[in-house]
Amino acid sequence: MYEGPVQDLIDELGRLPGVGPKSAQRIAFHLLAADPADVSRLQEALQRVKEGVMFCEVCGNVSEQNTCRICRDPRREASVVCVVEEPKDVLAIERTREFKGRYHVLGGSLDPMSGIGPDQLRVRELLSRIGQQVNGVDISEVILATDPNTEGEATATYLGRLLREFPGLTVTRLASGLPMGGDLEFADELTLGRALSGRRAV
Amino acid sequence: MSLYRDTGVVLRVQKLGEADRIITMLTRRHGKVRAVAKGVRRMTSRFGARLEPFGHVDVQFYTGRTLDVVTQVQTLDAFGVGLVNDYQRYTAGCAVLETADRLTLEQGEPAFRLYLLVTGALRALAEGSRDASLVLDAFLLRAMSFAGWAPALTECARCGVPGPHPAFNVPAGGSVCPRCRPPGSASPAEETLSLLAALLHGEWSVAEAASAGARREGSGLVAAHLQWHLERQLRSLPLVERRAKPLAAAVDKDNG
Repeated sequence: MYEGPVQDLIDELGRLPGVGPKSAQRIAFHLLAADPADVSRLQEALQRVKEGVMFCEVCGNVSEQNTCRICRDPRREASVVCVVEEPKDVLAIERTREFKGRYHVLGGSLDPMSGIGPDQLRVRELLSRIGQQVNGVDISEVILATDPNTEGEATATYLGRLLREFPGLTVTRLASGLPMGGDLEFADELTLGRALSGRRAV
Repeated sequence: MSLYRDTGVVLRVQKLGEADRIITMLTRRHGKVRAVAKGVRRMTSRFGARLEPFGHVDVQFYTGRTLDVVTQVQTLDAFGVGLVNDYQRYTAGCAVLETADRLTLEQGEPAFRLYLLVTGALRALAEGSRDASLVLDAFLLRAMSFAGWAPALTECARCGVPGPHPAFNVPAGGSVCPRCRPPGSASPAEETLSLLAALLHGEWSVAEAASAGARREGSGLVAAHLQWHLERQLRSLPLVERRAKPLAAAVDKDNG
């Protein structure tokens, strides 16, 4: 046990996900030895994250203003909306640089065993968004990009059923199949089965 | 080093650390087992997909100090694939898993009959040949009867006088005769009680002929009875979609 502030800092750091007691101690001593300017920058960043972050009122992504950077950007296609579970997933899809549309963050997936049903997610916001025009453009395609696990698939099924009611709207689901750089023989049968059923002509 | 092998159904998964999961399974010989599956949340994991909820798997565990560790997994039935394509069946399946989880309190206590019941219910739901709501109620009734809480349906729960009786009281343990009837008892239709009895004994022809009203009333009684005895609310039960879908056979009958 260290004395006073150092031990307090170690205790607080140790509560963070993925930080064990040893790592907490290492970070604490690094901060103790660090330049005061670095520490105050970290301190400001920590404070801003609780005070300055809000959720975009259009898509539900984390944002600095009422609407997020992507929803404000006039160059992004307003006709395509990609539905994801978490803000982390927006970043993952942005990294592909393939997608030029906009997003809708649900805030989780349908998980009845944890008491999460459609009312706990931003499903209603998605439906009301589809009826509205953005810059005079209608939403023509919704891409369901929920996680490829049981809850994510069930969420996609549920949304697909609701969205079918909108005339002229295309609803697509992310393809799932074999990871790049893998060996076919090591693929598990569920993934390989999905890859087979979703095969495409070349 | 001690390894053991069993077959089981994945009841629930919880995140652990960076890429691991704690898997709760109902196994054939070892009852409920909680085990760590390492690295399964990584895209490169070779058995992550097999350890999803509803998976019926052949699995090898390594006995750990507090939690066992999953070392190998092979799929026997992927019930999840059929269930996630229909939201009603998915929610019913979730209620089956949650009930199984709540009914097995002790880890390692064998629950062979419950295991068979869970796999049977999930198979029926995944195949989709019967109404999901009826399958769920049949499962709940039989799971309760294994746990010793079968509701009295054909006799009085208090004095045992053969019925059928017009009143149903959850705290008393089922249908009650006019003499034993406590105040505040429900008065279900006679058809509802015969539906519940049919579900408990697997008489599907009787159960499937029941009206929508009797099904709805029956589901309500089953849910109340279950949650009274479990002494807690099931989270998934209010989220189960109870719309009665016309089955192909019933539609044919209407048309013919």
